[in-house]
Amino acid sequence: MRRRSSRAGSKTVVNVVLAVICLIWLIPTVGLFVSSFRPATEILKTGWWTVLPHKENVAKDQIQLPKDTDLRQPIEVNGQTFSDDQLREGVKSADGTTFMWQNRRARTIDVLEPGWIMNTEFTAENYKGVLTGKTYEIKDTDGTVKTKKGNGMSQAFINTLVVSIPATIIPILIATFAAYAFAWLRFPLRKTMFVIVIMLLVVPLQIAMIPILRDYTALGLNGTFLGIWLAHAGFGLPLATYFMYSYISQLPRDLFESAFMDGASNFTIFTRLILPLSVPSIASISIFQFLWVWNDYLVALIFIGNQPDVQVLSMKIADMVGTRGNDWHLLTAAAFVSMLMPLAVFFGLQKYFVRGLLGGSVKG
Amino acid sequence: MRLANTKTEGNPGNGCCPPVFFMEGEWDTMIASAAKQSTVLKILFSILVPAINVAGHTGIFIFLRDSELNSIVYAVLAILWGVFGVYFMYWSLNWVVELYSDVWRRRIQPFLFVGPAFLLLSWLLLIPTVRTLIMSFQNAASTEFVGFANYAAVFTDRLLITALRNNLLWVVFGATACIVLGLLIAVLADRSSFERTAKVIIFLPMAISFVAAGVIWKFIYYYQPGDEQVGLLNAIVVALGGEPQAWTSMTQPWNNLFLIAILIWMQTGFAMVIFSAALKGVPDDILEAARVDGAGEIRIFFRIIIPFIMTTILSVSTTIVVFTLKIFDVVMIMTGGQYNTDVVATQFYRQLFMYQNNGYGSTLAMILLIAVIPVIVFNLRQIRKQGGF
Repeated sequence: MRRRSSRAGSKTVVNVVLAVICLIWLIPTVGLFVSSFRPATEILKTGWWTVLPHKENVAKDQIQLPKDTDLRQPIEVNGQTFSDDQLREGVKSADGTTFMWQNRRARTIDVLEPGWIMNTEFTAENYKGVLTGKTYEIKDTDGTVKTKKGNGMSQAFINTLVVSIPATIIPILIATFAAYAFAWLRFPLRKTMFVIVIMLLVVPLQIAMIPILRDYTALGLNGTFLGIWLAHAGFGLPLATYFMYSYISQLPRDLFESAFMDGASNFTIFTRLILPLSVPSIASISIFQFLWVWNDYLVALIFIGNQPDVQVLSMKIADMVGTRGNDWHLLTAAAFVSMLMPLAVFFGLQKYFVRGLLGGSVKG
Repeated sequence: MRLANTKTEGNPGNGCCPPVFFMEGEWDTMIASAAKQSTVLKILFSILVPAINVAGHTGIFIFLRDSELNSIVYAVLAILWGVFGVYFMYWSLNWVVELYSDVWRRRIQPFLFVGPAFLLLSWLLLIPTVRTLIMSFQNAASTEFVGFANYAAVFTDRLLITALRNNLLWVVFGATACIVLGLLIAVLADRSSFERTAKVIIFLPMAISFVAAGVIWKFIYYYQPGDEQVGLLNAIVVALGGEPQAWTSMTQPWNNLFLIAILIWMQTGFAMVIFSAALKGVPDDILEAARVDGAGEIRIFFRIIIPFIMTTILSVSTTIVVFTLKIFDVVMIMTGGQYNTDVVATQFYRQLFMYQNNGYGSTLAMILLIAVIPVIVFNLRQIRKQGGF
């Protein structure tokens, strides 16, 4: 009896600990998401967590001082005297409320009282700003209005798609052909070639970059979609080949034998039998490759460089981090735009995603 | 493209063609049977078809390279080329191979299947590795050989040593934390009442890019002078009565740990998912037997579960260590390698693009390669053990 209750108790402990860990894991993303919908000025004024109910000084009343109040002298408010500096910072009055300038020039003072509030001012302007690249206005705390230009993220979004789709399809088709040969055909150098594929699985990309960059310069491929497709195709091939090999080699031998009996050629077996049977595996590795290309920054940075019309999302955001490091309203919205596709894939195709992961994600 | 108009009914029982063959219509079956009898035609096609392929693909290649199309049209063309072009290449070359006698067909066909993959791998990975090795023994402009001078420099130059040290920090702290936390969470999730939800939450950061994660964490570490901190970490520190800090540039080398935290946040999910699958494989009766014998949960964990999933732990560790060695994006986004946060990969980029020093760049790349050699050996052994080769 005692044993059972301690089990139940430990289960509660497990649940609580796990819940805390999950909360810690979730908070960064939630913070980004919430911030991306907050107005530019609000983001820099208050933390995103203030959208939750919290205790804060809330303006309950306003006091209008005479317009000709001399700010250099002690200022009298409701029978008490304060200095200008005190009022700027906010100062406790006798009855527990806080006095603070609402508008110093107009000589109005806020009477603040602690109360529960939520900052629920949300806007879609940030997204409009990053997607369309239109100009938008920022009202600063002192009332001045600045005009800034947004970033054309929609073009980058399309470019990322243009990069990702062929860079997924091409290597996987080629890899599946190779995997079939490795698994079911016998030919000289088969082992050597396969060992090379395995060795290349974890080879760091950096090792290939300088020579490829030279070849690309010679071929005029730098800063072109074609160049980046080929690069991703090459870098994705070892994993795709290995992954498809481990699936195709597990298929039952009888399948092939009966097909051969019927006189089917290897090509027919491949297109009519192997490809349809491998669809789940192809889906897994495709998702993996697609996300890898979508999220890639290094390859794009090296082979696209600063070619403006081929820019992909990751580069655009990295660029924004460098040039507008404090424009959090834009950065958060831009980051979230770039996360849309991975999150959609993740939630929509989780089964395949996890399977691809279990199949091995060693990649150079 | 021929594929479009070859959807006519298959041609059953024509001797040369298997009944299930759907790709070939009347015309090519006829040509094929004619060519099978004539050596001249065979030779002609053996030259013609590869030539058409080379010419066609080169043509498309140059067209795509030089065209100024709208990017969506461009993408559609590229996808068509990627799917049908590559497929057509295999199909047409295979068609030629099928003309040969059985013996030759059996000899050539495998190379047709692996050939494209191997050519691409050779061009983009295999040969570059050799070229980088050679360049690592050459000077900055790769014009003359300098022996081991670059390697000597890597281990004496302050910047490069910092990069090596930081990489070590990344591997020691980052990889270890990912593995330990991943295992811990997998075990907890296994015994909790909301396993699925918890796993999804921990796993979620895996899907997003390091660049986006960089923005997320830069915002958490954000520091602004004054009382009101909008960065979460500083807000917590202030709430606890501490002084706000610029975390990523403060007390070096410990600022690296704040960058490593991002890796942990992203990669723990990977370790957890794989450990979780392995834990499900631990037989229940062994665990039950141990419990009956009075073993405590902690004892069971270390004496039974850990040994049981040791292979998984090893392979997850190698994967994460390799990943960590090559870490680049996080550092680039967060600090750009400033404040002594450079790692080998960022230093590589810097040497290559800012100092145009191919020698140092190649040497750094070689160091990364040397660092993963044990993993390569491990992988080969694993695969041999699984009976693959």
